[in-house]
Amino acid sequence: MNMEDVRIEGTPKTPAILLIGGTGNLEISGRSIPENSVEFYTKVLAWLDIYSAKPASKTIMDVKLEYFNTSSSKCLLDVFKKLETLQKKGFEVQIRWFYEEDDEDMLEAGEDYDSIIDLKFDMCVMEI
Amino acid sequence: MLLTLCSKPLQALGNINVFDIYDRMEKENIMLSFKGFLSEDLLDSILKVIEEKLTYFQAEAKTKKKVYNVLAECLQNLYHHSKTEGMQEEQSIIVMVVNHKGGYSVITGNMISTDHVEILQQRIRQINAMDSEELTTMYRKVLNNGTYSSKGGGGLGIIDIARRSGEKLDYGFVPVDEFNSFFSLNVKILN
Repeated sequence: MNMEDVRIEGTPKTPAILLIGGTGNLEISGRSIPENSVEFYTKVLAWLDIYSAKPASKTIMDVKLEYFNTSSSKCLLDVFKKLETLQKKGFEVQIRWFYEEDDEDMLEAGEDYDSIIDLKFDMCVMEI
Repeated sequence: MLLTLCSKPLQALGNINVFDIYDRMEKENIMLSFKGFLSEDLLDSILKVIEEKLTYFQAEAKTKKKVYNVLAECLQNLYHHSKTEGMQEEQSIIVMVVNHKGGYSVITGNMISTDHVEILQQRIRQINAMDSEELTTMYRKVLNNGTYSSKGGGGLGIIDIARRSGEKLDYGFVPVDEFNSFFSLNVKILN
């Protein structure tokens, strides 16, 4: 089955999503503060399930969030868990966690996931 | 002179002295105050207003993000809780953002069932007793293993608020009637 790439535009409350199956480039950027995050992330998680059956040799996920709420934080964890499973199957996965230089909270949030998830998290300073 | 001119329309409003409210808000540096039912649209509008105001007041990027995040989390807590937990009807809430010398305060107030006072009080006491390292450990534990409601809360919100604030949470409960209490929370974000 050929999977379609996903391109979702960002809104003031939901992030922009890019899921490119062929190259394994995934990106979440912007704000993620919806009241119901589960609803929003269902599509991303479903795509990852299909992608995991025939992934690119290397998957890179860029996370460039300005804000996210605790409702989204569990959904992000679910996203990372799927990628963690992919790595366990022998595929290379890299997460690049972007934060603005003085945004310690966002850096700490990246470190939270790094401590929970068995994946390589690279902390990158975002150019504004 | 000005006050004399104003006295007529004020009297028309019964006992409410609008100038007093205005004056108080001005002196206390209240950037935003809302009392009423919280809808999703309203929640969005409040966040938008505060973002503009923080930019206008030239808050530091770091502080601005903290205030915005804490306010978003508080509002979403209020939004979800105002519709649940045995309340007969939707309750109105109050939210304020205050700009004081050392930083900002996000203040909220809402009615809760008196049955829930003790558990909430215990939870905040527990959080206030923790240092930042312990809060981080608890956050990670709840994020990874915590029970999660479909609304997404699962108790992570209040830990997140405390972590971002870095200050102890100020709170209070006022018994209102036989079944209800007013819960107030003051989250400080220092510059």
